[in-house]
Amino acid sequence: MHLVYPAVLSALLFCTGLYGVLARRNAILVLMSVELMLNAVNLNLVAFDVWLSKAARETLHSGQALTLFTIAIAAAEIGIGLAIVLAVHRNRGTSDIDRLRDAAEGPGDGSDDSDGSDSAAATAPGAEKAEATA
Amino acid sequence: MTLAAAHPGFLSPTGVEIAFLLVGLATFGAALVTVTTKQLVHAALWLVVTLGGLAVEYLLLTAEFIAWVQVLIYVGSVVVLLLFGLMLTKAPIGRSPDADSGNRWAALVVAVAAAAALVWVVVDAFRTTWIDLDGAAAGSTAVTGASLFQNWVLPFEALSVLLLAALVGAIVLSRKAKADAAAPQVPEARGEQAAEEGAR
Amino acid sequence: MTTTTYAVLVPLLPFLGAVAGLLLGRTAPGFVRPLAVLPTLASLVLTVLVAAGQGGGRAVDAATQLTPTGSVPIELALHIDGFAALVAVLVGVVATCVQLYSTGYLRDDARYPSYAALVSLFTSAMLLVVYSGDLIVLLVGWEVMGICSYFLVGHYWETPQARAASLKAFLVTKLGDVPFLIGLFALAGDAGSFRVTTVLGAVASGHLHHPTLVALLLLAGVAGKSAQFPLHSWLPDAMAGPTPVSALIHAATMVAAGVYFVARLLPVFQASSAAMVVLAVMAAVTMAGSALAALAQDDIKRVLAYSTIGQLGYMTGALAVGDRGAAVFHLLSHGAFKALLFLAAGVVIHAAGTNSLAAMSRMGNLRDRVPDAYWTMTVALLALAAIPPFSGFFSKETVLGAAEHVATGHTGHAPGAAGWIVLVAGLVTALLTAAYAMRLWLLAFRGRGADAPGHGRQPVVMNAVLWVLAVPSLAFGGLAFRVLPDWFDGRSLAPALTTSVLGTGLAVAGGVLAYGAWRHTTALAARAPLGAVAAHPEADAGLVESEAIASHEPAYGDIAYAPDPADPGRLLLGPLHRHAAAGFHLDTVYAALFVRPVTAGASLVRFLDREVVETYVRGAGALPRLLGAAVRRAQTGNVQTYVSALLAGTVVLAVAAVLVATGA
Repeated sequence: MHLVYPAVLSALLFCTGLYGVLARRNAILVLMSVELMLNAVNLNLVAFDVWLSKAARETLHSGQALTLFTIAIAAAEIGIGLAIVLAVHRNRGTSDIDRLRDAAEGPGDGSDDSDGSDSAAATAPGAEKAEATA
Repeated sequence: MTLAAAHPGFLSPTGVEIAFLLVGLATFGAALVTVTTKQLVHAALWLVVTLGGLAVEYLLLTAEFIAWVQVLIYVGSVVVLLLFGLMLTKAPIGRSPDADSGNRWAALVVAVAAAAALVWVVVDAFRTTWIDLDGAAAGSTAVTGASLFQNWVLPFEALSVLLLAALVGAIVLSRKAKADAAAPQVPEARGEQAAEEGAR
Repeated sequence: MTTTTYAVLVPLLPFLGAVAGLLLGRTAPGFVRPLAVLPTLASLVLTVLVAAGQGGGRAVDAATQLTPTGSVPIELALHIDGFAALVAVLVGVVATCVQLYSTGYLRDDARYPSYAALVSLFTSAMLLVVYSGDLIVLLVGWEVMGICSYFLVGHYWETPQARAASLKAFLVTKLGDVPFLIGLFALAGDAGSFRVTTVLGAVASGHLHHPTLVALLLLAGVAGKSAQFPLHSWLPDAMAGPTPVSALIHAATMVAAGVYFVARLLPVFQASSAAMVVLAVMAAVTMAGSALAALAQDDIKRVLAYSTIGQLGYMTGALAVGDRGAAVFHLLSHGAFKALLFLAAGVVIHAAGTNSLAAMSRMGNLRDRVPDAYWTMTVALLALAAIPPFSGFFSKETVLGAAEHVATGHTGHAPGAAGWIVLVAGLVTALLTAAYAMRLWLLAFRGRGADAPGHGRQPVVMNAVLWVLAVPSLAFGGLAFRVLPDWFDGRSLAPALTTSVLGTGLAVAGGVLAYGAWRHTTALAARAPLGAVAAHPEADAGLVESEAIASHEPAYGDIAYAPDPADPGRLLLGPLHRHAAAGFHLDTVYAALFVRPVTAGASLVRFLDREVVETYVRGAGALPRLLGAAVRRAQTGNVQTYVSALLAGTVVLAVAAVLVATGA
């Protein structure tokens, strides 16, 4: 089999996940897109590992080992990520990424920011407590 | 592998390649639907298709163990976890018109540019590289287990520590703090949010 | 102590008095009056001692070099000849009189301490100019006088006239000082030294390479300081200062400095006959023009100011014909009677409550109210008009005699043309001087009408000073013209018959003309009521005067002019009257020639700065502001945007790296 096929598929999947990370509004959908990107990488690792082990250049199977590690870490990541999203949702009342604008330039520059900053201000003590407990 | 003439040409696919291509197309299409659909729960379900397609691709690449692990962990647990997350955050069922943020066009440009660059580089580099899939499977359970427990023991054990840490962290993060219930603003804010979403 | 020690102490004492007065003025007001009067008085005594020590013999020279100053050394040098000794005595006398008079005149003035200190400093600077044997040291005194005159003329700075006048005095004299400074450097460059004696030696041995240039440059400074045409216009305006300051400036310091400077460096000017002719023309125009202007002024002090300009014209005329003895002789006698005229005018203004002659001519009993001022002023006016045997007669006849001497070609040291110019202008001015002196006297003391409002008695010290000064005005000329040649160049100062007869005859004719005109017009005075009187008649003289100056312009429409049909000057001058009152519109000419171009240039520069340069600055600021706005817009807080930009950059970099690596 040509190596190009899995490699190109991996690249396309990766960019699809990239688009999802950049374009999705809901944080959980962003996490799904991250999973897509990780899987694209996994496919790449497996394909190259198969190619290299068949060519007897490398016998450690490092590609497959790393794929397993990636899967494990992805599982851990999805757990932690969901926990964070839940905490944010509990404190802010939303899991929309583009409403979490605490890093924005000072007040008065955003037009639709008023309700978001209001709710942020209203829930600020809660957020602090959540951080304290974390 | 190095001599293009020694292997079948680019336009003379074998049966494995045709299967790989068809499954790859389905996977890619499912992935596209995953990142573009307006129904959040559908996105999770299309993700299942994508991940399953990938498992088939692993099988086609003779990486059996990885394929079953993929099915077990991703399709079995991660997607379920994501569905739970969607429900816990009161994601709306049905079409939500604002599933995509205003960043969509910039994201599209970046993604297309990245895809073009990657595909160009990959095709340019491995145009003639051939994987010989005959012979013993490269990723059977025996082979993978031997490699893992001969060469990768220490990282494997370290990974278990990482998983434990992630477990503890997830519990701490998602546990509802007692003080939260006493804070009056939070339920109100949540109520407003729910009302807004209901209005949408 | 030697004469040199005395001479060093002469400028030093008033200077120390000024410093002490400025330091103690606030904390110890009781010391201010002694500190003002005593150093000046002591320095008067010392000048007399120096004059006695010098005795008209050889010049006293002393010099010390404090520090090396390069190729042209500057030394603290004294050069006391007969001129210096006598002029210093005059400065001492007038300054002492002015200080004494001021203690009465500015009795209640809140700023008296600084005023007295500045007068002391002024005196000190003038004494430095007189005694200095080094041109740079002389320049120091010269410039200190300029700044002191600025402060003293602006003493009543609450009135806009005083502010404008002080600025004008400062700027106009500085306008002359710039070429003066260049001229000094040129002179020293040629002579190799700033020492007066060295310079004169270089001139005598013909080492001066550009005599005309140097002389004309120096003349500009002299014209500014001594109020000669065309830089005289500051002097009439300087009348906005207190009367004692006017007396000091006009009689002994400041304006005398220019004449004295030329007298001291006369050989430099004589080296260039062109400079002598220029000097003669300048003197003639100044004399005749100022006498005409004096005939039309309404403010009593402005009449006296123009008369000062005219008398200074006589002095420069004498210098133009190369007779510095005559010039300094006239300087001395003029210093005495002009100080007296101003101080008496101060008394009159206080008594009348106005400085307007038109208003005084409608007061009945001004003569009886101030008998001391009346008599002394009569003496001084007779001296001014050069009626024998008053001192002005002798000094003026020396000037005219010297001019006649040159005109008839008896000497070779001055061009004959200069002699003729000075002689004719001097005779015409003699006529006019007598006329305006007569007019002043008649209008001030022969007025008819209601009694002047009561102003209480004048302070004794003021009247005493008047009588002290009346003595030299009366007798100095007659007593001194035989003695002075020993002190000066040795040339006879006795009046010549021809010029005496001519001059006196013209003076009498002028007086009679003015009297006749007055008889003709005085009847009109009753029909045209006029006059404005100061609001606080009981206040001290300084306050009354400042109010009179401030009210002249609103009351009569002009600072120099009053629409008075009873003015004999109006009859005598005819259509010239209006132009003469305005000083022949010289200020307007200056405004058109200098002020308006400068203002236009300033507004052009302002336009360029505000509109052109500022536009560039604003444009330069706009780009960063735009960039800042753009960058700020980028800070949306949306993480996805950030990551998009990050990844886009990564893609670009990766592609670039690949391209570079493959050598594409």
